[in-house]
Amino acid sequence: MQKPIATTRSATGIPTGRLAIWWVLASEVVIFGGLLASYLMFRLGHPEWANAAAVTNTWIGAFNTFVLLSSSFTAVLAHQAAENGDGKLAAKYLMMTIAGAVTFLGVKSFEWYSEISHGYTITTNGFWSFYYTAAGLHAAHVLAGAVIMLFIAADAAKGKELQRVEYIGIYWHFVDVVWIFLFPLLYIAK
Amino acid sequence: MAQATAAETHAHQHHGPQGILKYVWSTDHKIIAMQYLFTGMFMGAVGGLMAYVFRMQLAFPGISVPGYGVVSPGEYNSLVTSHGSIMIFWVAMPVLIAAFGNYLIPLMIGADDMVFPRVNRLSYQVFLVSAILILASQFVGGGAFGGAWTSYPPLSANAEYNLTPAGATLWLLAVALEFVAFLLGGINFIVTLMNSRAPGMKAYDIPLVAWMIVIASILFMLSVGPLIAGAVMLLFDQTLGTGFYDPARGGDPILWQHLFWFFGHPEVYVVLLPAIGIVIEIVATFARKKLFGYKIMLYTAVATGVLSFFVWAHHQFIAGIDPRMANVFTVTTLLISVPIAELLFVIIATLYGGSITFTTPMLWALAFIAEFLIGGVTGIFLGASGSDIYLHDTYFVLAHFHYTFFPIAIIGAFAALTYWFPKMFGRMMSERLGKIHFWGTVIPFNFIFIPLFVLGLAGHHRRIYNFNNFPELVPYRYLDVMATAALIVMLLFQIPFFWNLLHSIRKGPAAGRNPWRSNTLEWTTDSPPPHGNWPVDELPKVYRGPYEYAHPDRAEDYWPQNLPS
Repeated sequence: MQKPIATTRSATGIPTGRLAIWWVLASEVVIFGGLLASYLMFRLGHPEWANAAAVTNTWIGAFNTFVLLSSSFTAVLAHQAAENGDGKLAAKYLMMTIAGAVTFLGVKSFEWYSEISHGYTITTNGFWSFYYTAAGLHAAHVLAGAVIMLFIAADAAKGKELQRVEYIGIYWHFVDVVWIFLFPLLYIAK
Repeated sequence: MAQATAAETHAHQHHGPQGILKYVWSTDHKIIAMQYLFTGMFMGAVGGLMAYVFRMQLAFPGISVPGYGVVSPGEYNSLVTSHGSIMIFWVAMPVLIAAFGNYLIPLMIGADDMVFPRVNRLSYQVFLVSAILILASQFVGGGAFGGAWTSYPPLSANAEYNLTPAGATLWLLAVALEFVAFLLGGINFIVTLMNSRAPGMKAYDIPLVAWMIVIASILFMLSVGPLIAGAVMLLFDQTLGTGFYDPARGGDPILWQHLFWFFGHPEVYVVLLPAIGIVIEIVATFARKKLFGYKIMLYTAVATGVLSFFVWAHHQFIAGIDPRMANVFTVTTLLISVPIAELLFVIIATLYGGSITFTTPMLWALAFIAEFLIGGVTGIFLGASGSDIYLHDTYFVLAHFHYTFFPIAIIGAFAALTYWFPKMFGRMMSERLGKIHFWGTVIPFNFIFIPLFVLGLAGHHRRIYNFNNFPELVPYRYLDVMATAALIVMLLFQIPFFWNLLHSIRKGPAAGRNPWRSNTLEWTTDSPPPHGNWPVDELPKVYRGPYEYAHPDRAEDYWPQNLPS
């Protein structure tokens, strides 16, 4: 499909796709904001949730934080390659970012599996409900981002739509930032 | 739709799907607008007929309603809930924001389409699925959800309370999908307005209705997030057995009320602002006068939007919130009436000294001001926590918000449709039928809801199935009968409208490009506009603001935005 003239105009000076991705993030911020604000209000009202939080494995959480931050670094390298017009290199870095996402989700699955098999399920108590809901919503974003990245990498390898490498990178940093909030709130605060 | 069809066939000869599919798979913003418009209209008919059924039950408890049968208590709850949900999420939003936003924004800013046509199509398709879900939920075992459009837990969370396990979950999924559709559409609107304006069109040259729809989209986007999170929690409470809203398990049902109304109150302004924008366009055109205070209007709309995030708890004065918090929210609620009054004053000041023609769209626009004013003024009583404690959950509240939502969703939509119909279909509607429909809608509307104010003050609770069980309310029963009779009259007067619509689409007199002699860009192209809106090399440039009527230096009393001076 040919792009309409509307898509190619830029009255603000910001490319249309970049503008749109920032608005997507604005809508995401309030979704996670509402969830985390609810969690914080409950957590402050229920000091006993700290007992449940003590069960979470901070080391696994820290490892996943490291994985996700590293994948953001490769996303930046992909952006740089795309800026230089090197679609093949950008695609390679995007594939490394996807590998980070897959590692993150794999570790998360292992972590959840062991927690659930020890009897800590989403219905155990309020803390675990928020733990699975918030981390699950975040994991869904990681998964969605990885899938979209696959398509963008395929295009970039052919040198097409290179500007999208930057846009998925912006989204990926956002997914990172959400985790930066989740990690201390769900793991570190005992 | 003869002309529309002809134009579309021509436009799609070279690209896009053929036959009936071109209406289903088109990425043209005008076709998507029509999809939203007609889906919204259909849902409006469904919601209106639901109101007929439960109003009959209220006026004549226990009778077999013609065309429906006896209404059981459970069905009554389902009907009331579905009516409210459908009218707000599947009528007001798709018609005012999605249909007119899609139709008007690219045309008014001189673009050939939305910035993301395929996202736009996806938005409608998700919306259609949500509409099908809410309709399907009427027929599942246990019936449709009956816990009111506000869906408060524990009633909404526990199947043993609401008795509609499938209906409650389907309702929640339908609403969530509707949110997704409007987020997709909203991002498209915002980015299109920001980036795709015609050369020369500065921020203050944008027609206000386009601004209003975009401000409304931003408000929606920023307010709905917490409710999406809340909806996920409610869904887990319903299906997985979590206890987010269950106090016995460490949850809190009031949390839902906060998340819901943090969205629910801005939502009022999400639909109000587009309606105000529509009224502005119509009033400026038919008063033949420059809008009084473009920037005031714009800034006031933004101020309304900001304030609307700080008023939500006035819905919860009797929910057990801290009285000191109630004081704060009383103050913010009364404050928000200031910008709203200002919006109306600017419109009235535009009328002053104008050369007014009472066309059908102008009548609708003027009726909007008069009726919405009643809705606004009665809101003061409810925003003040002292009087709200008495009036809460009575018919007074119900009459109040119908006096706001009816002018917004019904009067505003009819104003827009009668005004832009010539552009959409290339033909004029019948003024005579239009005026019959106008008076036949607006007069009965007042006869429905003024009695309900009186009933509310007498103590009628909102959610009662059979008022004969309350002996002290029996002397007021005639008011219920009056409201129901007026509703039936109003519904019957929609027949001339539909006849006018269907007849004018095929046989109305040709409209030409600019039948109302208006300034904005959509009137500079053919009616209906072809695919791409203008020939590629003739996309308009803009030289002035949208409301230059009766300019002293000019012989004609209007000055289109695209004419070089």
